[in-house]
Amino acid sequence: MATAAQTPRFTHPAARGACPFAPPPVYRQAQQDEPISRVSLWDGAPSWLVTRHEDVKAVLSDPRFSSDSARPGFPFISAGARQLSAGRPTFIRMDDPEHARLRRMLTGEFMIKKVEALRPEIQRIADDLLDRMTTGRTGADLVREFALPLPSLVICLLLGVPYRDHDFFQECSRVLLHRDSTAEEVAAAQQRLGDYLCALTDSKRAEPDDGILSRLVARGELDTAEIGVMARLLLVAGHETTANMTAMSVLALLRNPDQLDHLRRHPESVTGAVEELLRYLTIVHSGLTRVATEDVELGGVRIRAGEGVICMINTANRDAAEFPDGDELDVTRDARRHLAFGFGVHQCLGQPLARLELQIALDTVLRRLPGLRLAVPFEEVRFRNEMLVYGVHELPIAW
Amino acid sequence: MLVHIDQDKCCGAGHCVVAAPEVFDQRDEDGIVLLLDARPPADLHQAVQDAAAVCPAAAIRLDLA
Repeated sequence: MATAAQTPRFTHPAARGACPFAPPPVYRQAQQDEPISRVSLWDGAPSWLVTRHEDVKAVLSDPRFSSDSARPGFPFISAGARQLSAGRPTFIRMDDPEHARLRRMLTGEFMIKKVEALRPEIQRIADDLLDRMTTGRTGADLVREFALPLPSLVICLLLGVPYRDHDFFQECSRVLLHRDSTAEEVAAAQQRLGDYLCALTDSKRAEPDDGILSRLVARGELDTAEIGVMARLLLVAGHETTANMTAMSVLALLRNPDQLDHLRRHPESVTGAVEELLRYLTIVHSGLTRVATEDVELGGVRIRAGEGVICMINTANRDAAEFPDGDELDVTRDARRHLAFGFGVHQCLGQPLARLELQIALDTVLRRLPGLRLAVPFEEVRFRNEMLVYGVHELPIAW
Repeated sequence: MLVHIDQDKCCGAGHCVVAAPEVFDQRDEDGIVLLLDARPPADLHQAVQDAAAVCPAAAIRLDLA
C-alpha cells in the first residue's frame, strides 16, 4: 500500500505540455500508473494528488476530507492562496454545519427558476455588448469587450455593486488569483476590496435596493464584515470563472471547426455543448484542496489525518473510465457527470447562473458573428498559466 | 420506484430540477429540494435516476422495487 513516505512525483502545479487545452502530461501519466500519488507544493510541503474521476468524487463527497484551511496540513497552491485563506474565511473554506448555515443564505438566490427568470436581461446585456463591439469594426478582443463584461455586469446587477467600479474590483481580483502574487500583495488587495464591499454594505443599510447585499443586510443574521466577505466571494467567483470559460469555449470551438459547425447547424444543442466545454476545458486547473481529518483508505492508498489532498478535476474530467476519448471535444456527448463545478456539498453555488451565461454567450456570439475567426496565429494567444483560474488573457477575433 | 429526499443534506445545486422538473422543485426561500412526486411514472424513471446520479450531496435515494 502506498504511504506518505513516497518520493514526490513532481511539483504541483506542473508546466503544461504542447496542447494548451489539456492538463499537463505529468498528471495524465500519474492518472495512468499512480492515480493517487505524492507531489510537493511551492513551499516544499507534500500533498496527495488525486486524478481519477471516481476517486475525486469520493474525496469531495466524504466529510472526512475537510475544506477548513485553518487545519494543520491544509495544502495551498501558492503563497497568495495561503494568504487568501487567512483572516476571516468564506464558507468555501468551512465545513458543515457552519458552511451549510452560511451557504443556505445564498442558495435561494441561485436556484434554477430564479436564474432562468434572468434570461431576458442577460440576453439584452449580451446583445448590447455585441452591438457596441461590432458597430463600424471588423475585429476586437473578445475578452475585454464581451467575455469579461458580460458576467461582470450580471453579478454587479445581482449583488447591487455599481459596475462603474469594475476597473477597481477586476484589478483586485487579478491580484487575488495570480499564482505569483506575494502574501503582502494578496493581503493588500483583500483589504482594499473588503473595505470597498463593507462600505457598500453599509450604504445598503441606509438605502436598500433589490440586490443580494441588501437582502443579506435585511436578514439581520450577519454583520457588515461577514457580508463583506461573502460579497467578495460572489463578486470574484461570479465573473472570473464565466469570463474565462466563455473566451476559452470560443477558442476551443475555433480550433475544432467540425464542432463549431455542428453547434451552428444545431443551435438547440448549446445546453449540452456547454456541459462538454465545461468538461473539456475545466478552467479550475490547479485542483480543489482538502485535508484529511482522520485516516482514510482510498483506492489502495492510506491517507493519514492531517495530510493534504488535491483533487485534479481537470484530469478527472478526461478519465477514460468515465469519458471515453476524453481528450476529444465532442459537443454531442452526454457530459453531465463532469466535475468542473466540483462535487459534494461545496459544489459551485452559482452554477445555474454560470450555465445560463455560457449558453447565452455562445449562442449569441455564434449567431451574430457568422464569419468569426481568430485574428492572430493560434501560437500567439497568451494563456493564463499563472492564474488560479485558467483561460486566455486576450482573444483577438475578427468577423 | 419510490423517491426519498434528504433536505438536510441538500446543497441547492439544482441538478434534480433540471433533470426531472416533474419530480423535483426548489423551495422559494432557500432553494432546498422539494419532492413533487414520490412515485413517478415509468417514463420519468430514467430522468430521476439521472437526477440521483448527479446530485453532489447524495440527497436523493431511490427504492427501485
